[in-house]
Amino acid sequence: MISVENLSKQYGATTVVDGVSMVIERNSITVIVGTSGSGKSTLLRMINRLIEPTRGRVLIDGNDTTGEPAHLLRRRIGYVIQGHGLFPHRTVAENIATVPRLLGWDEARIRARVEELLAVFQLDQGAYAGAFPHQLSGGQQQRVGVARALAAEPAVLLMDEPFGALDPIIRAKAQDDLLDIQRRFGTTIVLVTHDMDEAFRLGDHVAVMSHGRLLQYDRPAVLLTHPADPFVSRMTGVSDRAMRLLSLTTAGEAALPGVSDGPAVAASASLREVLSELLWRGAESAAVMDADGTRRGYLTIAAILERGRPG
Amino acid sequence: MSTRTALTVPRLRRLDPLGALLAAAGAVAAVFLPFVVLKSNRIVPGDPRALLEVLPAWGALGCQVILICAALAALRVSNPRVRLGAALLGVVAVALAVAAAGDALTPAGNKVVRVSPGAGFWVLLVCLGLMATDATTRMRPGPGLRVLLLAVSIAVAGLALAHGTFDHLSVMREYAVNADRFAREARQHVWLALGSLAAAVLVALPTGILCHRVPRLRSGVLGTLNVIQTIPAIALFGILMAPLGALAAAVPLAAALGIRGIGAAPAAVALFLYSLLPIAANTVAGLKRVPRAAVEAARGMGMTSWQILTGIELILALPVILTGIRIVLVQNIGMVTVAALIGGGGLGTFVFQGIGQTAIDLVLLGAIPIVTLAFSAAVVLDALAEVLDRARQ
Ligand SMILES: Nc1ncnc2c1ncn2[C@@H]1O[C@H](COP(=O)(O)OP(=O)(O)OP(=O)(O)O)[C@@H](O)[C@H]1O
Ligand SMILES: [Mg+2]
Repeated sequence: MISVENLSKQYGATTVVDGVSMVIERNSITVIVGTSGSGKSTLLRMINRLIEPTRGRVLIDGNDTTGEPAHLLRRRIGYVIQGHGLFPHRTVAENIATVPRLLGWDEARIRARVEELLAVFQLDQGAYAGAFPHQLSGGQQQRVGVARALAAEPAVLLMDEPFGALDPIIRAKAQDDLLDIQRRFGTTIVLVTHDMDEAFRLGDHVAVMSHGRLLQYDRPAVLLTHPADPFVSRMTGVSDRAMRLLSLTTAGEAALPGVSDGPAVAASASLREVLSELLWRGAESAAVMDADGTRRGYLTIAAILERGRPG
Repeated sequence: MSTRTALTVPRLRRLDPLGALLAAAGAVAAVFLPFVVLKSNRIVPGDPRALLEVLPAWGALGCQVILICAALAALRVSNPRVRLGAALLGVVAVALAVAAAGDALTPAGNKVVRVSPGAGFWVLLVCLGLMATDATTRMRPGPGLRVLLLAVSIAVAGLALAHGTFDHLSVMREYAVNADRFAREARQHVWLALGSLAAAVLVALPTGILCHRVPRLRSGVLGTLNVIQTIPAIALFGILMAPLGALAAAVPLAAALGIRGIGAAPAAVALFLYSLLPIAANTVAGLKRVPRAAVEAARGMGMTSWQILTGIELILALPVILTGIRIVLVQNIGMVTVAALIGGGGLGTFVFQGIGQTAIDLVLLGAIPIVTLAFSAAVVLDALAEVLDRARQ
């Protein structure tokens, strides 16, 4: 758990982050959004003390982060930036081994961890362990950047626009991978992005910032149904907010008991996807199926539309 | 046979432009310029002799055949290995010819007569040398091979010198008279060049790092070093004479250490000052080249400033810093020559003595090793920078 308490940063007379307080739950993904210059990166970088706050404090699992030298704190917190920041003169394996080396792990343990991470990130050991970063594609470089940040099994991972430089298809894949990783390692992730779709897709909680202030920090559905500020509605988008809301619920969660002879849809699909499928097929209802092929229930267009309205 | 002619005709039309120039210059030199100059003593004007006059008939014929082959290779062969082989064979041929001329023209036991290589020899040597360099460049040898080629060339020349092949030539006559001093001045030359370089690295590297970290300092510091760079060497020696002389007079310890207004001390200080800018400026440029994201990520992962500097920044900047060191070393090897003027020693001593006595052979005794040293330093450091840059992309 990360507690941010009344955190502020001033440069001279300008306040860049203004009294931000928030509690970030363990094993969750929190996404910070906001316009350019709203202080997102500054807030993130105050968590691992790349920037020292002017006022306020950060507690991780109840311990004040100022209780130890900053570089030791940072070795326990993963950090990923846009443009990956891989070391061009070190191989992929050496890049990934950076923090374990700093922590003085023995070679066998480092090698085992590097192999594990290469496998998790679908990078073939033989082809990529000895490769240099410039020999990889952009998507592969980004994956190595995330693998490197996770190498020492940090409980917390900070990501500043990690997928900003990727094309839409690779980006969607990277987002899926991140969700997998988060489930597998149980990492607490704080991620900054400009992309609202990314925020709604990844975030268990979304924080909206403007001019250094935290306007709202809540579950994505609440941001849509109960925006605390007109700026929040503008950020989340007014024109397609109903569809956004539908995308936050899965077919499995919304399924009604009963059967349907309409098309079969996966329980993991979002209501937005099911609605689109029904419109496309000209059907009124769909059968919701679990991954193992058992029937979960059914959905009608009317039931879906019901879910697209604020509570 | 007919296909062969058909193949050679278009090739004839495509003469290699550099090869044509070199072959023409070499031909003119071989025919019209004296191959050696015979002097009755070391300072009187000499008596020119052509290649044919100084060698026995078979020797002159053999040498000419080899030179014609080299010219043909320069004109018509495109394979760089063949061109290099022909050029090196030509170099060996003219070197042996000039050595043989020295032996033939020197009466037994006579130490007064001087046989100097003539303009014809030098032009031929330069043409063949350019042809060899050009062929080597076209072969794109890796850094290791370049250093190996240099080492082999120097070893062959050294063996020939040690064997006494050229002992009857005027430059080696000057060497025989000055052998003790030559070793001492050569050591002094290398010592001044390398010592001032080492001291400059120790000062300029931290200065460059500081200028990179504190941008406010950059323009002031580099500007000051730049001003030093524009002072002519002789003027800088003059400027340093007064304070170093005063220091020696005031502090006996300084005098005991050999610090005086003239001599090696002002020379070393001047070289040191000249060396600062290229190294500091290249350190700044090299550090600027380091990707910001890499440094940011390093900090974010918990590397200390020292770990980032030594493990990331300096290593990525090293090829650029080495380029600065190469500039300085080559520049120093040349500039130490001028140090002889203020009693600093070094191979320049022979150059300036030779000029004073109008003894061109003595000038060459100083100049040839200086050029060889500078060339070797450039080749070795270029190779080193390339090796590092390649490994670290
Ligand atoms: N070292 C600094 N000195 C002065 N002002 C700064 C400094 N660093 C950041 N700022 C200012 O603080 C503000 C917030 O910066 P920050 O990088 O946190 O914004 P951001 O929300 O991450 O923006 P972006 O989306 O463009 O990355 C900006 O207006 C920026 O100009
Ligand atoms: Mg930012």
